[in-house]
Amino acid sequence: RDFNERCAQCSEVNWGLTDGGRFYCRSCHNVTERTREVVNTDFISNTRVQTISKVLRKQEKTDGGCEWYVCEGFQLVLKKQAEALEALGVCPQMKDEILCNFWRCYLQKSKQAYCNRPAGETVKALSVCDSSTDADSEPETPSLLHMLSASESEGDLQTDCSFASSTSKVSESTSLCSGSVDGSLYLMKNQKEKLRMTMPMTLSFCYMALLWLREPMTLSDLLRFVVEGHIPYLNVFQHFPEKMKLCGLDLKIFCVESWPAYEEVYNKMLELAAFLDLPRFPDITDSCFLHPDMLCIKYLMEANLPDELHNWTCRVVKKICIGEADFLTLVPGNKSTRKVKYDVLAAAVIVVVLKLLFLLDDHYEWLLSEFAEERNKNNKEGGPYFEFKKWYKVIKCSLDVEQKKLDEERAKYLWRCEKPLFYSAKKKSKVLKRRRMVVNLQNQFGKLSGSVQPAEKPNPSSFQLSWYEENTDGSCFHGHSLKGILQEKCGLLTAMNPDYWLCTVKLCTEKLCGHLAHYREVDFPQSYHFVLRLFSFLLRIEPSYIHDEVCVIEHKLFNKKLCKKPKYKTSLRK
Amino acid sequence: SSHEHKLNFKKSKEVCLNYIQDAMLQKQWKRAAEFLTFYIESLEKDFSTAYMGPSEMIWRIGTEILCHHSHSSMKQFNSFIEQMKTLGVKRYLKVCLEHAFHLLCNGLIDEAYQNLSLAESWRFGEQTTIQDKEMKLIQAYRGLLDYYSWSKQKNILLEHGQNGFEDLSVEQEMHSCFRKAAVNLKEIIKIPGVWDLFVKCYVDLLEFYGDHNEACQVLNEYAYNSKFPANPNAHVYLYQFLKRHGESKKSLISALKILHDIVPSHELMIDFNTMLQKSKKRKKRQLGLEVIFAALDYAGWKENVKAWSCLARQVKQIVISEKHLDWIKQEWNSRKDWWPAFHFSRYLAKRNWQENESLSYEKALVAGILLGKDGKYFKYVSHQGCKAQVKRFRILKKFVNKHNPAYLRISG
Repeated sequence: RDFNERCAQCSEVNWGLTDGGRFYCRSCHNVTERTREVVNTDFISNTRVQTISKVLRKQEKTDGGCEWYVCEGFQLVLKKQAEALEALGVCPQMKDEILCNFWRCYLQKSKQAYCNRPAGETVKALSVCDSSTDADSEPETPSLLHMLSASESEGDLQTDCSFASSTSKVSESTSLCSGSVDGSLYLMKNQKEKLRMTMPMTLSFCYMALLWLREPMTLSDLLRFVVEGHIPYLNVFQHFPEKMKLCGLDLKIFCVESWPAYEEVYNKMLELAAFLDLPRFPDITDSCFLHPDMLCIKYLMEANLPDELHNWTCRVVKKICIGEADFLTLVPGNKSTRKVKYDVLAAAVIVVVLKLLFLLDDHYEWLLSEFAEERNKNNKEGGPYFEFKKWYKVIKCSLDVEQKKLDEERAKYLWRCEKPLFYSAKKKSKVLKRRRMVVNLQNQFGKLSGSVQPAEKPNPSSFQLSWYEENTDGSCFHGHSLKGILQEKCGLLTAMNPDYWLCTVKLCTEKLCGHLAHYREVDFPQSYHFVLRLFSFLLRIEPSYIHDEVCVIEHKLFNKKLCKKPKYKTSLRK
Repeated sequence: SSHEHKLNFKKSKEVCLNYIQDAMLQKQWKRAAEFLTFYIESLEKDFSTAYMGPSEMIWRIGTEILCHHSHSSMKQFNSFIEQMKTLGVKRYLKVCLEHAFHLLCNGLIDEAYQNLSLAESWRFGEQTTIQDKEMKLIQAYRGLLDYYSWSKQKNILLEHGQNGFEDLSVEQEMHSCFRKAAVNLKEIIKIPGVWDLFVKCYVDLLEFYGDHNEACQVLNEYAYNSKFPANPNAHVYLYQFLKRHGESKKSLISALKILHDIVPSHELMIDFNTMLQKSKKRKKRQLGLEVIFAALDYAGWKENVKAWSCLARQVKQIVISEKHLDWIKQEWNSRKDWWPAFHFSRYLAKRNWQENESLSYEKALVAGILLGKDGKYFKYVSHQGCKAQVKRFRILKKFVNKHNPAYLRISG
């Protein structure tokens, strides 16, 4: 393939490979003496077949460590994550069967195990750095590190070594170190075709398995559990066995310095599903947790909105056909259909319903609320009518409190773990010394913090906000009735609000700018922003994601009206 | 406001720092300490390319918190600072210096001295040359402490001398302190800067040992070398030195002239005016008038009886001699728009009369000449004064009435 010489016999450039590894001309079948480079090292002959449940023990090295491959590390990570999920209530099948199989499949497809190593692959044998390497002046390392650092955010671990920005080629005798055998190889090669494994991708694996089993956990739930510490992610390597020594480039692979981003994990999951050639996932039907009808119930409860709104969400879902199994179920590799983010979708549906009923233009919803208030005065029987104003006050209060808590947690987040990391053996003493100082200082100032309890991990819960009907302060709106804002028309209850405004008149092309719409807080009514903020907090994603989804739903909902008139008004009659 | 749901290490620590700063601004030291504990781990990712990296932040913030927190002790502080010293070699001397300051502020002079001596002996290759400035400061402050010891020894000696004792050991100690102090103080004042304290101490030493020439030279350098930043105190020290040594009026006046230019409201302006008034030279006397008018332009002098009496005396003298009324006219020209409201309002007349009779007297004299006998200040005060039958006010009234033509000439 990469051989571009003309054939001696027929002057064509059309080469193939014989079984013996030689090039032959496809046009005239001239076999050349040229072979693809086959470099035999010990590792090649070692076709690795391993089971997931035990780590292959290799010959022990002098420092008590053993040889280990990066994928073994990830395997351990996945195992830990699966165990944590099981502890959270996910069925054991996930760990024992589904995730296992996905992982095995991945290893096979990426040719890291369960296959013969293809000829022509060189695996540099790189050992753990010993003290003979002069870590302070590493002329060979600059180029690679420079290359690596260019793609990552600054402030990463490699600046422990001082490096110049030379662009010399990495020589064979490079002293790049990593505890794992193939650490540097992992980071060096362009792994695009092979879908290189990363820490965020472990979560993609988990989510994919959860989705396959249709477990009642959305991606936003999963990521929230990760941040809250219920699922190992940050510093998970400290659970690696003693023998698996981590240093050097391993840190770059396994050390995380940021919270996993929803988009990243989600998109990787799609890539992964396609890469593994998975078939259509099990259908998401209306009895599944992930179905918008079900998720809407959950979110309505959490948002302290009346149960009656559920009727409306179901209506919207039905109208735009997003409740169909074909729409909701993931078919990997199918690029034509837009992929569904269940949590975002459900939240967006609720937002649309709120817009339908309350308009949310910073004007009408308050008028309507006053109207409902009036009606409430004469309302003797049954439950109270829902008043937007009351709801807004209660929610804003809670939201502000919770948001403030969350902001402080972000500031107090501790990234370091007890297991110290060092780039090379030479840096070890320096790192340990600094670690000691950090601990000392933390103790010293910790004592001055007053009687502040160390932050305890909150109990994992699928609901972040809870409202109880038993509370007599009237802060729970679940049972409230929407009658206050509805009117009878031809025997049916319809919304009093006759208007609607579209978030955007035209959707962007996702391929061009990555988004379907562009959300700027100042361009939209504050009530709308408030509602977005609420769900943004619950799902831990940017309001713009929900806004995008809202735009899509609106366009589906008002499709006919939009298509009819070439010039559309931003305010429509329903 | 948007709350980003993404978070990475760098951003997390930035946010943490904001919380620390907020807490510190509100003097919530416990809260600041709490957030600092979470910030500290950024030491493990300290890249000194940043202008102010984590280690410097922690040093500064930690110092503030330990200074103000109710439960912190000197011992804690010292142990903290020792750790900070090991954190950044580029900052070592600075930390040492500030540590010494802190010890001095807490009265721990011996500890401060020990710290400074230790720091002085520090060597670290290239860094020693790079941190040369800090080293000079350290030596200077150690010199200052040597001066302080010298001063103590001197007092002991004088006391013993009075009691008829002679104490060789104390005397020797004193001289050795002098030598140590002099060397370091002399070095630092060579460098352009503001070294008031060092200069004063050095001059004190020189004077004691009788080296007046050197002292004079030092003070002149300090005041007149253009490389040094303009410093009113330099001129004050020079003036005081010259006065102490009975130098001529001419040199005293020239020393104060620049002070008048830089700080017209300086308290020595009274002395200056007094000297100038007595001068035989016309130009000097005119300068004197300028000086006193300029001083009284400042709000801080409004109720200064001495200043007003200087002005009053000079104005009176000019009016009586009937010469140089144009001097007053010149000075009054730029002030006649605003001095009346500033100094001579009816409200002030009442207040001055009630609170300070002498003040009102002096001011009334000036007002009477500058604004005439019908001006509200003079009118009110002289009326009150005469009503109270205070003799000098009657005399004043007569005087102003008599010299009203002078007023007309000034204002016309």
